[in-house]
Amino acid sequence: MSAMDLFKIFISAALVDNIILARYIGLCPYIGMSSNVANSLGMGMAVTFVMVLASIATWALWNFIFVPLGLEYLQIMVFILVIAVLVQLLEAILKKTVPNLYQAMGIYLPLITTNCAILAVTFFGVDYNYNLLQVVVYSIGVALGFTIALLLLAGIREKLRFSKVPQFYQGYPIVFISTCLLAIAFMGFKGLVK
Amino acid sequence: MKEFWDCFKNGIVGENPVLRLMIGLCSVLAVSVRLENCLFMGAAVIFVLTGSNLVISAIRNFVPNEVRIPIFIVVISTFTTIVDLVMKAYLPALSEALGVFIPLIVVNCIIMARAEAFASRKPVILTIADSLGMGVGYTLVIAAIGVVRELFGYGQFFYHQIFPSSYQGMMIMILPPGAFLLIGIYIALLNHFHRRDNL
Repeated sequence: MSAMDLFKIFISAALVDNIILARYIGLCPYIGMSSNVANSLGMGMAVTFVMVLASIATWALWNFIFVPLGLEYLQIMVFILVIAVLVQLLEAILKKTVPNLYQAMGIYLPLITTNCAILAVTFFGVDYNYNLLQVVVYSIGVALGFTIALLLLAGIREKLRFSKVPQFYQGYPIVFISTCLLAIAFMGFKGLVK
Repeated sequence: MKEFWDCFKNGIVGENPVLRLMIGLCSVLAVSVRLENCLFMGAAVIFVLTGSNLVISAIRNFVPNEVRIPIFIVVISTFTTIVDLVMKAYLPALSEALGVFIPLIVVNCIIMARAEAFASRKPVILTIADSLGMGVGYTLVIAAIGVVRELFGYGQFFYHQIFPSSYQGMMIMILPPGAFLLIGIYIALLNHFHRRDNL
């Protein structure tokens, strides 16, 4: 396992297989939290934090407890509960120890429990048979890709406020049309990683 | 009976989960390349939605308010696991095609939102109407997107060739951008025909 392979995992997770624009996962926060750049940055930070921790926790549980005991059929239920517990714990810990960080991303944490991107990454980490280091690199890459997509859309939406949008396209429709163009742009990364 | 109908219709037009409330989008866009996948995805969502909301509504008076969310999650994930295992056992090809989006039903915002907003407050009968309405509304949207994507992307309808075999296929309809484009157009159309003030 060379550094080059890890770099490949990272780039393909962040750009080539961008979780939102190429795999359609995590669209609810993408549409909901992208109305301005500050909010989307906070959401991106919170998602990164939880995603990395959740994939480490579920990876450890999966490989040390579930596979040896043959409990694979419980995957869905246990993974979602691990994420829910983790988010609650993080909220409590951050509130006590790092109030500044809590101020910055606290309000986004409860929303993350039902963020499909987090759950999907924990499933993929198990599906791809990654080792611990690969899982960490992979989840950081996915979270970075999520944040990039969110920030790009937030930037576009801030500009859109000053543009003349046809009446029936105001609101969500124009957001999806913008997303379509972003997704076309991200298709340019296809073939970047062999 | 009238109340039952109103709850049912509400999910299809008034508060269509996908086009109005902007929730449950991931699976709508991801699996809608083939019409067949859309219908099975819709059936899976209807089953999980109705089953879990029925249970949640039945136990709503025994659940302490503070721990309701974890309890909802356990109920929903139970039904999702049932669907996942049944599909893997009896429809392996389809399970492969739908991939991660069957397990992801557990975090489909439609189910959690309806559990929180409707099932945990209303009696069982109305909950069934609401869940069926929401599920059918979801299925209609996903099928409407699927028809267009399969027809223009592959020139086919339920795997039957419709366009002449010389038809090249619009790549964009199969790829992610086409899905985003179509749903944008659909929401704009719905806005056009059912104008609401709070756009």
